[in-house]
Amino acid sequence: MSESSSAAPPAAGARAASMTRRRWTASQVARFKPVLFLLCLIPFLRWFYLGYNDGLTANPVEFITRSSGFWTLAMLLLTLAVTPVRQMLDQPALVRVRRMLGLFAFFYVVLHLLTWIVLDRNMDLSSMVKDVLDRTFIFVGMAAFLLMVPLALTSTQGWMRRLGMKWTRLHRCIYAIGVLGIVHFWLMRAGKNDFAEPILYGTLLALLLLWRIVRAWRNRRRSAAV
Amino acid sequence: MPLRPRYPRIPSSQITPEPVWQARRQWMQQMAGIAAGTGLAGLGATLPQVAGAADTLPPIAGMQPNPQYAAAKIDRKLTTEKDITSYNNFYEFGTGKGDPLDYSGKMRIEPWQVQVSGEVEKPRTFDLDELVKLAPQEERVYRLRCVEAWSMVIPWVGYPLSALLKQVQPTSKAKFVQFVTDTQPEAMPGLSDRIIPWPYREGLRMDEAMNPLTLLTFGLYGKRLPNQNGAPLRIIVPWKYGFKSGKSIVKIVLSETMPDTSWVAIAPSEYGFYANVNPDVPHPRWSQSHERVIGGGFFDPKVPTLKFNGYGEQVASLYGGMDLRANY
Repeated sequence: MSESSSAAPPAAGARAASMTRRRWTASQVARFKPVLFLLCLIPFLRWFYLGYNDGLTANPVEFITRSSGFWTLAMLLLTLAVTPVRQMLDQPALVRVRRMLGLFAFFYVVLHLLTWIVLDRNMDLSSMVKDVLDRTFIFVGMAAFLLMVPLALTSTQGWMRRLGMKWTRLHRCIYAIGVLGIVHFWLMRAGKNDFAEPILYGTLLALLLLWRIVRAWRNRRRSAAV
Repeated sequence: MPLRPRYPRIPSSQITPEPVWQARRQWMQQMAGIAAGTGLAGLGATLPQVAGAADTLPPIAGMQPNPQYAAAKIDRKLTTEKDITSYNNFYEFGTGKGDPLDYSGKMRIEPWQVQVSGEVEKPRTFDLDELVKLAPQEERVYRLRCVEAWSMVIPWVGYPLSALLKQVQPTSKAKFVQFVTDTQPEAMPGLSDRIIPWPYREGLRMDEAMNPLTLLTFGLYGKRLPNQNGAPLRIIVPWKYGFKSGKSIVKIVLSETMPDTSWVAIAPSEYGFYANVNPDVPHPRWSQSHERVIGGGFFDPKVPTLKFNGYGEQVASLYGGMDLRANY
């Protein structure tokens, strides 16, 4: 877009641009969304590519289960990264990609859950109940999934409007979902005594959450000073 | 999962197609029958390489199929050679299932010696060549059940471990046997991760080690063991979870007291010394009642796990009067 969408007179606009960086407009960000959509779909399409090329290892069910779990976590972390990135770059319009990333996290978690229901538990309800109760890591994973459902359902513009401030509070659940996701991954890897990956993603999550805590604390101090 | 897929990098030319090895197996069995009938013992040693130059691993000379453990005796299909050699737990090369295939190529397996010591009358160090010829090499098709709840059916080549143990004459104090896996820091990238206090150690009670099912194993699918499967020799204990079957063995130590074993040292509440396959005793973090059959269809359900992995007839008597829940 050649012209600034700012309503301010040109002189003021120029001064603002020199002080901050040029801000992307909502429609500029929206134009990037189809590209992002396809990027987020690549992990899913890759399974079909690997499936046709004998690349899903000797245990394809395990491969798909782990891959869908990994991409759920990756999408969750990306969703949580939107706010820090848009504030650090001073690009508020980036919030426009957040819902899509969050819904992709939900897309991958649904596939992850389906592998467990259909391929691992063979759709046997009693064995699912038993598995959730017997295995801490399944319990934690299920709790994280259940928390994601209301967030996905209320992700629409309409629900945002209807819930108002309550929407913001409800969607803070994603912090708990992130922590449960890491715990789930950690407990799963405990069998291998190999925590390199859970530590890596746990650290990323901790940084994303810490950033919010520090910012909230600074804002409070600033408003107290005023 | 790893960020990049570690799918097997075996060129398709390296894989013996199923019809080829099936035909070879049938041919070998017929030949063995002829050999037995005509007194031409050892004919199996001259088997041609049906798959041609693609088969790089040498065949095990003189191998004979043991009909008692023929593939037909198992109600499940043989796992393909590709799956057996590309989906492995061998943490010396990394914890990923594809790591052993990807990274075990540099393991040095020649020369190789095995030191047998401890409670024996005749402690000895054996050269691999000696060990290979110590007893007739048999092919035995065994089920393999991993503690992670997946399973395979594998045609191993080897002979009962008892043949080796008899050579060193265990003393009356010998109650246990420990197997120690080699450590080659320059060839085993996994050793830098302190996941396991290396070297990997496993063990059996003496009567378990002497059971005719316990196989000192040198090959699979008629050929020398690939590095990722524990070359040049390993233990196979088919009624126990796979981690009991130590790979790339360099030391065998007989002792009066129960030896140190790696997984018991890491997580004693999750892994026991006995580790007999038992659908009734769950792992603390998952059920052992069913298993995923490797090589099955994508939508095939898991199948029920058999007690002692289906070898109860031969081994259940070893555990008479023992509480298998307490001794998991």
